Amino acid sequence: MTVGLLQFVALSAVLFSLGLYGVLTRKGTIMVLMCLELMANAVNINLVAFSRFVTPVEMTGQIFAVFSMVVSAAEIGLGLALVIALYRKRRTVELEAMQELKG
Amino acid sequence: MSESVSTFAFIVLALASIGSAVMMLSTRNVVHAAFWLLGVMVATAGIYLLLSAEFLALVQVLVYAGAVAVLVLFVIMITLRRREDAIRPFEPGWIGAAISAAFLASMYVAIARYSPRVTDMPAKAPGVEEFGRALFTTHLLPFEVASLVLLVALVGSVWWAKGAGDK
Repeated sequence: MTVGLLQFVALSAVLFSLGLYGVLTRKGTIMVLMCLELMANAVNINLVAFSRFVTPVEMTGQIFAVFSMVVSAAEIGLGLALVIALYRKRRTVELEAMQELKG
Repeated sequence: MSESVSTFAFIVLALASIGSAVMMLSTRNVVHAAFWLLGVMVATAGIYLLLSAEFLALVQVLVYAGAVAVLVLFVIMITLRRREDAIRPFEPGWIGAAISAAFLASMYVAIARYSPRVTDMPAKAPGVEEFGRALFTTHLLPFEVASLVLLVALVGSVWWAKGAGDK
């Protein structure tokens, strides 16, 4: 078996599905944020793999992956700050505590 | 001319990352889950090395394995102070499992049918020097916008975490 683009994309799809499962099922905010990081990570693997196999000289995918990392770092920072704000108000970090906008 | 990826290294790294992700989702302790997430990130850095993206592997270890893991552990220890708080009941969530399995199946069909069958790795892989030149010339404006995004995120997270609106 030679490892080509297909194997990297398949690995990325498996990691993304695991992250999606975690985001949909976990009830603690910190676990949900960690699963979001897992999904962002899977997307980055995809970008770098396509960059290496399809456009190796331009490196467009790698540059895009850098910006994607910037955005997901900002997202985890803001998300964890939100978790701390929730904890200050409610003394809990469960997602059930955030129901004020529910109709 | 083409290169190829070492099959053995790829299988080891793929099993390490998928296994760490499965362990992260199956463990009941949130602190253990944070450490398994660290394992996924380090394995991903290895995959970037296989794809000859050395700079990205370095950034991955610095940002995810360093900063994000420490940040997550800090927040866990601030908010879940007692040991019992970090232990969660088992949450299988069958609907979520069904949705993500359906997603994986549709991705499998899409990849098997439409993905380009590229198995030869192009031989020429520019190094860190070319990468830096492209980042600072062609993509200079997005780079500056990215630093602005980080600044806004920094100010916003400090403002939220110190208790926005609390008197």
